[in-house]
Amino acid sequence: MALDKPYKDIPGTTIFDAEQSRKGYHLNQFCMSLMKAENRARFKASERAYLDEWPMTEDQKQAVLARDLNRCIELGGNIYFLAKIGATDGKSFQQMAGSMTGMSEEEYRDMMIKGGRSIEGNRYRHEWDTK
Amino acid sequence: MGYEIVARITASVYTSHVPAIGAAIDHGRTGEPYWQPVFKGYERSKAWMKANKPDVIFLIYNDHATAFSLEIIPTFAIGCATEFKPADEGYGARPVPVVKGHPELAAHVAQSVIEDDFDLTIVNKMDVDHGLTVPLSLVCGQPEAWPCPVIPFAVNVLQYPVPSGRRCYQLGKAIRKAVESYDEPLNVHIWGTGGMSHQLQGPRAGLINKAFDNAFLDQLIADPETLAKKPHIDYVREAGSEGIELVMWLIARGAMADAPPRVVHRFYHVPASNTAVGHLILENTR
Repeated sequence: MALDKPYKDIPGTTIFDAEQSRKGYHLNQFCMSLMKAENRARFKASERAYLDEWPMTEDQKQAVLARDLNRCIELGGNIYFLAKIGATDGKSFQQMAGSMTGMSEEEYRDMMIKGGRSIEGNRYRHEWDTK
Repeated sequence: MGYEIVARITASVYTSHVPAIGAAIDHGRTGEPYWQPVFKGYERSKAWMKANKPDVIFLIYNDHATAFSLEIIPTFAIGCATEFKPADEGYGARPVPVVKGHPELAAHVAQSVIEDDFDLTIVNKMDVDHGLTVPLSLVCGQPEAWPCPVIPFAVNVLQYPVPSGRRCYQLGKAIRKAVESYDEPLNVHIWGTGGMSHQLQGPRAGLINKAFDNAFLDQLIADPETLAKKPHIDYVREAGSEGIELVMWLIARGAMADAPPRVVHRFYHVPASNTAVGHLILENTR
């Protein structure tokens, strides 16, 4: 019997569940390795070579190289792990979060100052499908 | 009958633990117009903390891929070490004091709570991240040393499913029972941290739900039993994928006495970076 996952119906949201965690294990452990300064330096010196040390899928490696965080999340990445790539790049958490929304950094910051993204129209996938 | 000499939980503190707040404190930016309203909301808390200094703080928080990677994912982990170092989360460690633990009380709580069917993971070595140190900074300021020992209690809210609200609330009750069987007259505060509404990932990032947050605060004060029944899906749909951190507040609330608490302080502000900041101080009235 399939598990009930009602959160699949939330738009623009990927819940990091056991299934995503399994898919993203090596991607997230690669991110974790960036907690060490010497690993950050090695990654920056040659991103591709560093990524090739990890048993990640080619899609995951490409998503990291492109800094496509939405794609990383789709492939099993978790935002708290992916944040370590952002820290390596000198990005703030707000810059990282904003980069996933299709908004510019300034637009995203302004939206937050004005009270954030409203819940209205953002609860269910079908509300986005008709947009 | 003589007066029983035991430890007591006298108060609970609830607060968001946004990392950008820690950065603002550490870089001397608290006076900036963006941050002023946030820190103003904690002035009363700092005064209250000075006047009501506990012997131990039992601090519920979550680790953000700092001490725990995906190698081991404990649902509930109690810190039993003598000290816990502030972690380097990729920007260098926060310049805050080392957190001194209370191994004796922590070991006592671990034994009691595990015997009550909550399978805690015991951690004797761990660094603590912003989830634990930002609340301390907000309420204690920037002292040379934290005002008292702290028992870190980490909850998995990173990988779904996280523990249910009901489980957290019941765990709080078990922690209360454990503390109240410790044979030393310690004044213990329990803190629940994280939240409020926020989503840090995907095209829906930036979600804030003031109505949800304020209803949560109301119900946490007045009717935690009912609040504890709120299902996961309500948190993630209404308060954002990271809003699920709010279940941790129910652990602290469950550890409070059954009689209605006194509301010492309540504060709410949007935004701090991507997040709604919520804060409560509740005291037991007996």
